[in-house]
Amino acid sequence: MTIKYSEYPDSKGHFGQFGGVFASETLMHCLEELNQAYARLKHDPEFLAQFNQDLADYVGRPSPLYLAERLTKHSGGANIWLKREDLNHTGAHKINNTVGQILLAKAMGKKRIIAETGAGQHGVATATVCARMGLECVVYMGEVDIERQAINVYRMKLMGAEVRSVDSGSKTLKDALNEAMRDWVTNVDDTFYIIGTVAGPDPYPQMVRDFNSVIGKETKKQFAEKVGGLPDALVACVGGGSNAIGLFHPFLDDESVAIYGVEAGGLGPETKEHAASITAGKVGVLHGNRTYVMSDSQGQIIETHSVSAGLDYPGVGPEHAFLNETGRAKYVTINDDEALKGFHDLTRIEGILPALETAHAVAYAQKLAATMQPGQNIIVNLSGRGDKDVHTIAAIEGVMV
Amino acid sequence: MSRLLQTFRDLDNKKALIPFVTAGYPHPHLTVDIMHELVRQGADVIELGMPFSDPMADGPVIQKSSESAIKQGIGIEKTIDLVKQFRQQNNSTPVVLMGYLNPVECMGHDHFVSAAKSAGVDALLLVDSPPEESSDILQQLKTNQLEQIFLIAPTTTEKRMTMICEHASGFVYYVALKGVTGSADLDADSVNADIKKIKQHTDLPVAVGFGVKDAASAVAVAEVADAVVIGSALVSALGDCDDAATAAKVIADFIKPIRTALDSL
Repeated sequence: MTIKYSEYPDSKGHFGQFGGVFASETLMHCLEELNQAYARLKHDPEFLAQFNQDLADYVGRPSPLYLAERLTKHSGGANIWLKREDLNHTGAHKINNTVGQILLAKAMGKKRIIAETGAGQHGVATATVCARMGLECVVYMGEVDIERQAINVYRMKLMGAEVRSVDSGSKTLKDALNEAMRDWVTNVDDTFYIIGTVAGPDPYPQMVRDFNSVIGKETKKQFAEKVGGLPDALVACVGGGSNAIGLFHPFLDDESVAIYGVEAGGLGPETKEHAASITAGKVGVLHGNRTYVMSDSQGQIIETHSVSAGLDYPGVGPEHAFLNETGRAKYVTINDDEALKGFHDLTRIEGILPALETAHAVAYAQKLAATMQPGQNIIVNLSGRGDKDVHTIAAIEGVMV
Repeated sequence: MSRLLQTFRDLDNKKALIPFVTAGYPHPHLTVDIMHELVRQGADVIELGMPFSDPMADGPVIQKSSESAIKQGIGIEKTIDLVKQFRQQNNSTPVVLMGYLNPVECMGHDHFVSAAKSAGVDALLLVDSPPEESSDILQQLKTNQLEQIFLIAPTTTEKRMTMICEHASGFVYYVALKGVTGSADLDADSVNADIKKIKQHTDLPVAVGFGVKDAASAVAVAEVADAVVIGSALVSALGDCDDAATAAKVIADFIKPIRTALDSL
């Protein structure tokens, strides 16, 4: 039976056995309200016109599709194309989603915005749209991430956001998400929670996907214009998986296109130090949905490791879990050291500094290209720029900046 | 007859007192003693928290107690073991396990339910598993004559209230405030009004919790409710206990005034 991927999730927010609404009772009503509001607005011509105009004039879309000729030559084999989400306003794909959700928050009459952030890209993207709309903004961020992403913390503060440090659990993205949920449950009447990835309870996974799908839609059109037909493969990094699903989703029903999601292998998926939830995790429930999670034998969520804060998350969006189960997408890992090499290659060979998250996709695409024929085409979602990571990389390599 | 049903029936018009403690906190070797002492001081039902690494609905006190218990090696299976030990001396006080879904999923619904049943657990409350997502575990619980407790919140619509009451057994747990466990600021009037509304939808006893911390707040919300749950304040009071004698004293000091106040209603 052919699965029609564009029809997922079902009316209860399920992608096969994954997804759903695993939330505490206090939030059920507002999730229902959000669901109804989104169901109404996602087909509303005025809402869509505003969204598209903001993407064009504020974000700077469409982002270019760029043939990385020297990287292609260096890797050998298939052509490597880069979808330049790093050129968006604020420097990553995250802004596509926040521009959409803030319009929804406005339409629902919410006055206060909260968000969680790992690498800080989503926090910055949320602080940005809040500044533009004049809305109060509180961003939760793990203490560890605040340390390693100091520049983004300062950017958020400059835009008027309050950054609240989270010192529970592993003090990273998952704990920031827990804390944001606690805030939401307390201030549910006037607060809109802008989740930054395709996780959380329904409708978040589909909503965040839809707002980011502009990536895949543009790519399809640009590729058809520049080359004709469809690319052979898509590659994107997967933490929660919002940039990946944004690129993948418009291609899911095009069977000829191979799809690769790249998880953070950390020190190696065979060690305990990684964040590869699909590759090495098991089915469980975390942050409102059923998906693959990294947990121990007692079901406790375990601390993950990745050189990139944005991939350092012990779960993954439920749609990715579904795509893995059906086999439509293949999930692979790239270790820290390979990602660092991907970062340096792209920087030196193409003059583009990718985010460390994105560098995982770059590294895998190089490997994949070498196994394919010249003339075949791989598209890499260049999901974010790497300026924020320069200090991390310098520290790893023992360079004083 | 189930222990919960029997307990609420035997209460007559007295209010039930349901203390919550985190399994394994402050020390695993104290948990069973703490449970017995709670019963001695007038607890009618015990809620035992299954420590989880990511307790999204809990405030800082229960989060920290969970982290501490996990560090001391207490997870879902050991929690069930503690109930088994408690049952060696107490076969009448109902025990409700409260926690989150992931450890239960990890253990497997059927394995978990049969282990809980044979240990003498009476009911299960999973904070992040609303009735819509609970059909499988509900079925398993029913087959084993265990009860599933569901929450109703101030934000729950009447339509959902009807649906939740249809699935609930044992008792219905009313979350007295918008927020996490252990928050302040209870509005007794609106709590009582909401509980009256719930009682139009179900004959099950209604317990009220989240934000109840002492005799005064217990009395304020117990007017219409059948039971009061006290968690964070008790867990916090137990934090420094290193031995059973100290824990017993803390429990007596904490529970007695609340018991007396509830009995005066």
